[in-house]
Amino acid sequence: MSLPTALSIRDLRKTYGNGVEALRGVSLDVAAGDFFALLGPNGAGKSTLIGIVSSLVNATAGEVDVFGVSVLRERSRAMSLIGLVPQEINFNMFEKPEDILVNQAGFYGVPRRLALERAEKYLTQLQLWEKRNVMSRTLSGGMKRRLMVARAMMNEPRLLILDEPTAGVDIEIRRSMWSFVRQINQAGTTVILTTHYLEEAEQLCRNIAIIDKGGIIENTSMRALLAKLDVEQFVLDIDGALPALPELEGVRFTLVDPQTLEAEVPKRVDLSAVFAVLSAMGVRVKSMRNKANRLEELFMRLVDRPAEVA
Amino acid sequence: MDAHEVAASAAFGAREKWVALFTILRREVSRILRIWSQTLVPPAITMTLYFLIFGTLIGGRIGQMDGIAYIDFIVPGLVMMSVITNSYGNIVSSFFGAKFGKHVEEMLVSPMPSWVILAGYVGGGVLRGLMCGGIVLLIAMLFTTVRVANPLVTVTSALLTAIVFSLAGFINAVFARKFDDVAIVPTFILTPLSYLGGVFYSISLLPPLWQAVSQANPILHMVNAFRYGLLGVSDVSLVTAYGVIGVATVVLTAVSLWLLHRGVGLRS
Repeated sequence: MSLPTALSIRDLRKTYGNGVEALRGVSLDVAAGDFFALLGPNGAGKSTLIGIVSSLVNATAGEVDVFGVSVLRERSRAMSLIGLVPQEINFNMFEKPEDILVNQAGFYGVPRRLALERAEKYLTQLQLWEKRNVMSRTLSGGMKRRLMVARAMMNEPRLLILDEPTAGVDIEIRRSMWSFVRQINQAGTTVILTTHYLEEAEQLCRNIAIIDKGGIIENTSMRALLAKLDVEQFVLDIDGALPALPELEGVRFTLVDPQTLEAEVPKRVDLSAVFAVLSAMGVRVKSMRNKANRLEELFMRLVDRPAEVA
Repeated sequence: MDAHEVAASAAFGAREKWVALFTILRREVSRILRIWSQTLVPPAITMTLYFLIFGTLIGGRIGQMDGIAYIDFIVPGLVMMSVITNSYGNIVSSFFGAKFGKHVEEMLVSPMPSWVILAGYVGGGVLRGLMCGGIVLLIAMLFTTVRVANPLVTVTSALLTAIVFSLAGFINAVFARKFDDVAIVPTFILTPLSYLGGVFYSISLLPPLWQAVSQANPILHMVNAFRYGLLGVSDVSLVTAYGVIGVATVVLTAVSLWLLHRGVGLRS
């Protein structure tokens, strides 16, 4: 018997009491084992979508199945397959991290002995074991985020939903969190991620959906999406005086300062041609980087609005 | 992992429900004990003062009420006042606190059915109500001899009353949007009804019209059922008292479950 789709959403609609139509017939499939990015500008409908999948928001119409189990008709069974890391910190600040985890496991029917074992496992993996007995409100912002990841793992979910889990977290902790989530995904858990950091989505996720104004505007593989980028912008650190701007068909050069040159290069032009023209002018390229994250560039074009993402 | 394994891991049977219920109960009890100075000490102090002032000092001059020494007469009412205010207060502050702090979402995203969540919180309210009632009963022993005329009526009336007011507290917490909202009902409804519910007097002292009006106060029936359990006397029929408590339990349970099922005040 094959594994059903991890998440199947059909014509999902949500209209709030104040008349705001947050979802206008969303359909989406996430394959079992996928690492899936769900991106969109603020107010696009991501949180409503995640809210309905995790049963915190009542749908107006449509169907949501988690591994073939209907969230709307078999809520209890469906919820036992999901782990949620919400956007806002939502644990009891007056409880200890270990108690928060053990209680969460209890809500999923995990016996206390097993819950204690899992709490030790996940607190250790997320570098929180030494903080297990402190009052949670005394934890740093990064620790609180990691505690929510550990809490979401207590029922060992088949589908882990991470709603901006690294917001406000420093780069070191972000990397350690992603390393942890990557391991969870490699062990077979399907992961759905929303994030402000698009380079993270680009590095981690295999498939992506972009939601805007309550509808899915793009749903494809990360590779296919990035292939749509027809122009890339590079920043080149150069060594040597540039007598004039280089000329190369299709490429637009801009001199930012005497040592920094920007180049907009269409996909059809090889980068070696750029290096060749600069070399012919006696200029050496010391280093080069993308001006903006590739996914970010695409995202901006698709949603057609200022840089306000995830 | 195939679809069979997924289906198996999606099971949430009787054993899992029991674990979940026990988890909420454990958390509620640990909260009651953690903040014991707010949960268990205040009724002890307040009721000690009631026994001292109304029982010993003033009660000595009042003499008897319905043929019973006044201090003995007020013991059941004071115990029930503690049961009522503490079972109500526990659930309203605990559940509203969970709503306000958003950690109620820990339960809402879990597989727990609504009735398990309700039973867990009501269980916590009942436990605190009975713990406080027990403490007041122990304090009463310092002032008078406490006897139990009918243990079954004593236990069931206290238990059912604690359930009724835990359910009422739960409904209050569901609708509350700010901390002021959880104080309105105890201040403007619960306390007046308790004082007018025959805690300190027999309604036989009232004119016939006010005796009839008093019958509409459910707390009167609860206090008198408990008084019957301890002292063997009551201003109201025991059948009517249990009828009122039973109807209140069924109606409030149905309303609470409906609110949870619809997610009123909890799910958007």
